[in-house]
Parts: sequence; structure tokens; C-alpha cells
Amino acid sequence: MSPDNVSVLVIDENRIRASIIEAGLADSGYQNVTLVHDMDGVAEHIESTHPDVIVIDLENPNRDMLEQLFVLTRSVQRPIAMFVDNSDRDVMEAAIDAGVSAYVVDGLKQDRVKPILDMAITRFKAYSRMARELEDARNELADRKLIDQAKGILMQSRGIGEDEAYRMLRTTAMNQNRKISEIAQSLITASSLIDVTGEAK
Amino acid sequence: MTVRDLFPVHAGFLPLLDSALLVVAANCGFAEAQGIDLRLTRETSWANIRDRMAVGHFEVAHMLAPMPIAAALGFSPMPLDLIAPMALGTGGNAVTVSNDLHREMTIEDAGPMLDPITSGIALARVIKDRKSDKNRKPVFAVVHPYSGHNYELRYWLAANGIVPDRDVDLVIVPPPLMADALRAGRIDGYCVGEPWNSLAVNMGVGRIVTTKSRIWRGSPEKVLGVSVTFANHHPEILDRLLCALVLAAQWCGNKDNHDELANLLSGRDYIGIDALHMLPALDGTLSGKEVNSDENVPRGNGAFFEPLEQAATFPWKSHALWFYSQMVRWGQVIWNPDHVKQVANVYRPDLYRAALSTLDIPLPSAASKVEGALKEMTPVGSVKGRLFLGPDGFFDGQVFDPDAIEEYIALQNRS
Repeated sequence: MSPDNVSVLVIDENRIRASIIEAGLADSGYQNVTLVHDMDGVAEHIESTHPDVIVIDLENPNRDMLEQLFVLTRSVQRPIAMFVDNSDRDVMEAAIDAGVSAYVVDGLKQDRVKPILDMAITRFKAYSRMARELEDARNELADRKLIDQAKGILMQSRGIGEDEAYRMLRTTAMNQNRKISEIAQSLITASSLIDVTGEAK
Repeated sequence: MTVRDLFPVHAGFLPLLDSALLVVAANCGFAEAQGIDLRLTRETSWANIRDRMAVGHFEVAHMLAPMPIAAALGFSPMPLDLIAPMALGTGGNAVTVSNDLHREMTIEDAGPMLDPITSGIALARVIKDRKSDKNRKPVFAVVHPYSGHNYELRYWLAANGIVPDRDVDLVIVPPPLMADALRAGRIDGYCVGEPWNSLAVNMGVGRIVTTKSRIWRGSPEKVLGVSVTFANHHPEILDRLLCALVLAAQWCGNKDNHDELANLLSGRDYIGIDALHMLPALDGTLSGKEVNSDENVPRGNGAFFEPLEQAATFPWKSHALWFYSQMVRWGQVIWNPDHVKQVANVYRPDLYRAALSTLDIPLPSAASKVEGALKEMTPVGSVKGRLFLGPDGFFDGQVFDPDAIEEYIALQNRS
């Protein structure tokens, strides 16, 4: 059985991650890959596409439902076992660490399944890293905006330059053992309170 | 004691009211007082709990009472050695149906709701009426094939003359998605733990028709599943954890703490829905609206959810064997006399008794009991203090004698 005739079903509510896995599988020569994002109708999908391997993310609350489907279809369809092989504990651990689980049709040779699971593990990890980096970048941008705003307040109220305003924030942060963005946030909050009081006069 | 001195124990749980013992032990100082840093992780499926136990991410977990038994019988994709040295309370589940099905049941004279006999007879009549139309076969959801929910729902249906695998479709839906599935019309009813019944009632999408505590008074629901490796390597830590959980159960049972408990459980890291959905199960005024008054029962075996009284945290071997009898009854496993010992050994009242010997709590001296034998509250043999059990038992009056399990299975197969 060459890669192109192993059929893989990827169940992932996260469309971006599912596409990343699909692309990875396609690069390795797996042409018969189906993506499912919604659990409704997944039973029909399994019935009609007869997947040899099913990949599902661990965040998906419907794993229990999926496993029940295998029990139900066992008598009429091909039996589906979980994971590669009970003996390959390292792969199972790596999969669970990465947040992915896989089910394979009983009898499918381990050397046929392992590359698929390895691929899923790698892509899941890559996705997590990407998501984390994106989150970091977002936070950094938000911090940058806060600091710029705080610098503006200092420059205006103290009549100082931008560099000096930044140095003041930095020195205060160091003295208080806090992040510059936190000092900036405090300054913005305090300043808005004072402004409001000013208007009320 | 600083956090550094505490022994870390990792526990998985699902967002359900009966995770309360773990949540309280971790948050109200009970674990810490025993030298344990109890780290809780909310999981999305029982499969995740099982798999993360198998690879050692969790040493212990909130588990469906039949799960460790299923693992012992080899129904696990990975090798998994578990014991259940403690139960996490009794009761806590209910059966909820859609407003449409409820209306049909009312027309069929369901009578006082929550009563498993009248509501069961009404449901049987509805199913008979619907039989001419294949598309109207009711769909009921449970949370897992190896769950108290699956067995008590089937028990209730079967005792009312409804054949589960013929007259209804049974599907699996995760607890937090039950009310939505009911609203969307994908299912007609379900059996789940609180607060996921009260949520449907409060959303106006369903009605509670009976409860686990009515189907089988004082019946087991969740256990503390413990990895055998952990239990063998750290027996003293396990002892201390059991003490922390029992003291947490005592705290949960005190009604002065119910508001605080409801607020704690409603936190984002735990159940994550409003505290108002937790209170009915805690104070026993389950959301049957106008029919809830008869659920106002005292603490103990008859309570909707009981965290402590009447040995509610004791891991009775007879409970394990009843679950096994139902696995056989519904074709999940083929009867084998060798299984009996294997199953009974999963539940460990000996460890429970030894761990709690230092606490001032009465402990049953038996490890097993005849389920349904106590018609009234009865004093029973206990290691210390006075212990009363009962009335217990099944709504149809059947008795389960763990020493006559084969006869019990045969009798159920005939009916």
C-alpha cells in the first residue's frame, strides 16, 4: 500500500491547523485526505469514506462519541483500533504531548501508520508554536502602544523629550521590579483619573 | 509549609458538579494541610482522562465509576492499571427530555414527574404511539458507554418495558454540549450529571423527568481513579490525598458552604457557568420547577447528590460488581466467572479504611453489601462511630446480591 492509497480522515475544529496537516500529508504523497471540522455527520463521513487512519485533536470534546462510533461500526465495518500499536509507547506519548490522537483500521501495518502520525505530531507542534508566537507578537504590539501613550503623557506634562520620557518609565520599572508596559498602564490609568477630576471642576 | 515542600499530585477532571471534592480539596486548603499540591487540569473528554493517565500526565483523576473496571477488562487502547480507592459521592445525575417529548409524556399522564415509575410508563406509552413512524424513534444521549449514566438510563427504560437497543437510539454527547444538542433537536433526551440538567431547565429547553437517586438510591457515580504505579510508589501520599478528599467532602456537605461551593465551581477553570445552575443539585431542590418539592429529601442515600453521609465515598466492591453485571447485560463483555475477582479487586475499600483510620469518621467494616436490601435506615457494622445505611435500592424493588451475580444477570436477561 503506497501513501496515495491510504485514506486519512482529519477531524479538527481548527481549520487552519487541519489545513496545515493536510498540506503536510500531501507533501508526503498522501492524496486521499479528508478534513472534517464539524462533528455533525461525522458518522456518515466514516461510513462513506472508509478511512484507514483517523486523526483527531485532543481538545475535541467529541472523542468519546467518536470511540463509540467505532464500537457501533465494528460489527458491520472494519474494526478500528486506537493508535499505532500498543508496543509503540513513545509515539503515543509524543502524540498526547502534542495534543493529537489517532485511530487506525485494524490490520494496517505499523510502518504505514507511523509516518502519518509522526507528520501529525510535527504539524501540531508547529501549529502550537506558531499560535504562541502570534500571541506573543500581539502582546508585544499592545505593550508598544501603551508605552507610546505613556511617553506622550510624560512629554506633555513634564515638557521633556521622548528619550527622557522612556528613560523615566524604564528606571521606574527597574526600581519596582515590574515590566515597562505595566508602569505605562498605571501611568495611563492615573492620568485618566486626574483628567476626569480636572473636568469635574 | 511553602509550596516547595508540598508533594505535587496531578489530577484530571471533567466540568461536572461531582468534581467538587477535588476542586474543594485543591482550593480550600485541604490538600495543602496534608502536604499535597493538588494540581487540577480540566479535560474535554473521558478518553483524554484515560489516555493522560496511561502516559503518566495524571496520577489520579475524576472518573466514571465503571472506567477503572473497563480498563481492568482490557477495554483501553493503551495498557492502563487503575484502582479506585475512593468514591466521589453518590447520585448527582438526572434524565432530562426536550419540551416536546415532555409534552407528549404529560398527555400520557406522566403524573408527578421525577418519579421513575410514572414517568417511565408515560415514556413507554409515547414510544408505543410513535412506533408507526420510524423517524420519531426517540434519541437519548449518555456521556460514555462505560458510565453510570448509560447503565441507569438503560435500567430505567428496561424496567418500564422499553428495550433500549430497539425502542430508542442511544448516542454519546459530551456533558457541556447536552443542552445545546437538545435545543437543536439532535437528541430528545439525555442522562447526565449536574449542572447540565439544570442548565437545560433554566435555558427553557428541557425538563427533568427522573433522577439517578430515584432510579437507584445511594448509587455510585464517580470514583477517584488512581494509577497503580502511583499507589505503589507513594502509598503515604495517597493516604493523605484520601484524607484531604474526605475532609473536602465534609465541607461540601455542609449547607452553609453551598453558596461558596457554587461560586467556586462556576469559576472559569472549573465548570464555567453561572452559580445559579449549581445550587439546585446542592440543596436538593432540583430544577423540576413546580414538581421539585418531593426532591427535598434529607441527606444520605435518598439525597439527589450526597458527598459524604452514609459512606458516600466508600468504594463498595458490590458497586463494582453491579457495573460488571450491566456490562454483561448490555453486551459490552461476555460473562466470565474469572472476571468477578478481577473486577472486585479494582475497588479498594481496604486502602480507604487504612487511609482514613486517623480521621473521626465511621467506616463500614464490610467491603461489599447486598444492594437494595435495606428497606429503612439501619445501623451497620462499622470500624468506629455509629454508621447508618439505607434505605437503599432500585426503584423496581430488585435486589443485587454480589454473591449471586450470575443469577442476577440471568434474571435480567429473561425480563
